[in-house]
Amino acid sequence: MLRFENVGMRYGIGPEVLRDISFTLAPGSFHFLTGSSGAGKTTLLKLMYLALRPTRGLVHLFDNDISVTPRSELPALRRRIGVVFQDFRLIDHLTAVENVALPLRVNGVRHGEIDTHVRELLSWVGLGERLDARPSTLSGGQQQRVAIARAVINRPRLLLADEPTGNVDDHIAVRLMHLFEELNKAGTTIVIATHNNVLIEEFGHPVLQLDDGELTVRRGRQPAAEVV
Amino acid sequence: MLGRRTDLPFERDQSTRFLPWIVALMVFLGGLMFAAALIVADTVDSWDSTLTGRMTVQIPQAAATEASIATLTGKLEVTPGVTGVRPVPEAEARALLIPWLGEAVVNTDLPVPALIDVELAAGVRTDAASLAASLSQLVPGVTVDNHRAWLGALINLGRTAEILAFVILAMIAAAAVLAVIFTTRSGLAVHAAIIELLHQMGAQDRYIASQFQFQAMMLALRGGIAGAAAAAVVLIVFAWVGRGIDAAFLPPLTLSLGDWTALLIVPAAAVAIAMLTARLTVLRALARMP
Repeated sequence: MLRFENVGMRYGIGPEVLRDISFTLAPGSFHFLTGSSGAGKTTLLKLMYLALRPTRGLVHLFDNDISVTPRSELPALRRRIGVVFQDFRLIDHLTAVENVALPLRVNGVRHGEIDTHVRELLSWVGLGERLDARPSTLSGGQQQRVAIARAVINRPRLLLADEPTGNVDDHIAVRLMHLFEELNKAGTTIVIATHNNVLIEEFGHPVLQLDDGELTVRRGRQPAAEVV
Repeated sequence: MLGRRTDLPFERDQSTRFLPWIVALMVFLGGLMFAAALIVADTVDSWDSTLTGRMTVQIPQAAATEASIATLTGKLEVTPGVTGVRPVPEAEARALLIPWLGEAVVNTDLPVPALIDVELAAGVRTDAASLAASLSQLVPGVTVDNHRAWLGALINLGRTAEILAFVILAMIAAAAVLAVIFTTRSGLAVHAAIIELLHQMGAQDRYIASQFQFQAMMLALRGGIAGAAAAAVVLIVFAWVGRGIDAAFLPPLTLSLGDWTALLIVPAAAVAIAMLTARLTVLRALARMP
């Protein structure tokens, strides 16, 4: 599914923010990614969702060596990845339905097939009454749920979430985690970056721990994917 | 709700507000320039075809006898490329001089050369000097005027004006391209966050480029229609004002139906240029993304 081999990353001529990162995520695995602020979590996630290319090392995604994959083939790989951004990145002028429908539009799905599916998913995350609301009129938690719905609408094979429960109440956080687990059971590989140790302990998935740009692995209570 | 054409909020982009005005101005100027080029081209073609199709043989009055005129007419009739030969009656020849010299002078004993009108087949250009030399062997002093000596300079001037008009048209198009590039780059900067999001979702470059292309088309269409309408009004007024002028060598200030149709090329080209420029600008910028 996803394999990093001795990956290093630096911005410009600055120091390496990630060093010798090597791990493999098996299909259908579930991992937490944690570490202190500035440890490189966001950079690692960006490398995973192909927003960055590593300055050294190899990244293999869906059996493709990214370093030699033509740029024209990357969009197809990106469509198989769902991303929940820490700052949501909802589009202000679009309604909740339109925001969630965006990955389907990008994927060329016809309008008629989009609407029902999107409404059902938004209702499932508790936003059935705010379908046509614009992000600026939604609370932080509601925006986060729209962002999550947008990330999962395409049934991604890999879901990456950066602090997806950071702005919601505990019971909503648990509910969202159950949504992620449902997706995981359906075969989606999931990586959730979080500082929430309570969630990490409660759900017991293996943890990718980043400290000062280096990765270590803590096995969880639940079966872990292969981690090198 | 899901049928919107663009994911990008172009309506919030201040820089796009000027593009229709710029395109309108470009199409207005381009339309007038193109119309001027068409008028000049029509006029020059008219002059050119007149010159190509006719010559005049002049026989000095001293040598202008019925016999010499008949000899020259016979010779001309068998000359290759000549389709018609008509000796001009003396009264008609004198009448040609009246506007320049006045009736009183022309109707005196003013020596007037005999004239023979020669019509040539389409596309035939006969060497006046060699024909004059040939005819002079039959009747001394005969000259042949193909009018090219004095109208040729006018034709050259007209052709130069025509080329100049198209060069200016090309410069106007180049200015329009620069305006679209500036507006598109501005749009790319304003909407960078959404573009990055679409890119991350797996949008192909052409998906994003087509949105800018559609926006450029709409803006250019608005400007193009306005500019073309303004140019049409000016041309109609110009033709109306110039309708009373009856000067032989002044080009007609009206456009034919074909010319009006050809003028539609200007706004259509403006729209096409805007779309293509926006698309290429966006594709080039997106190619720098990972």
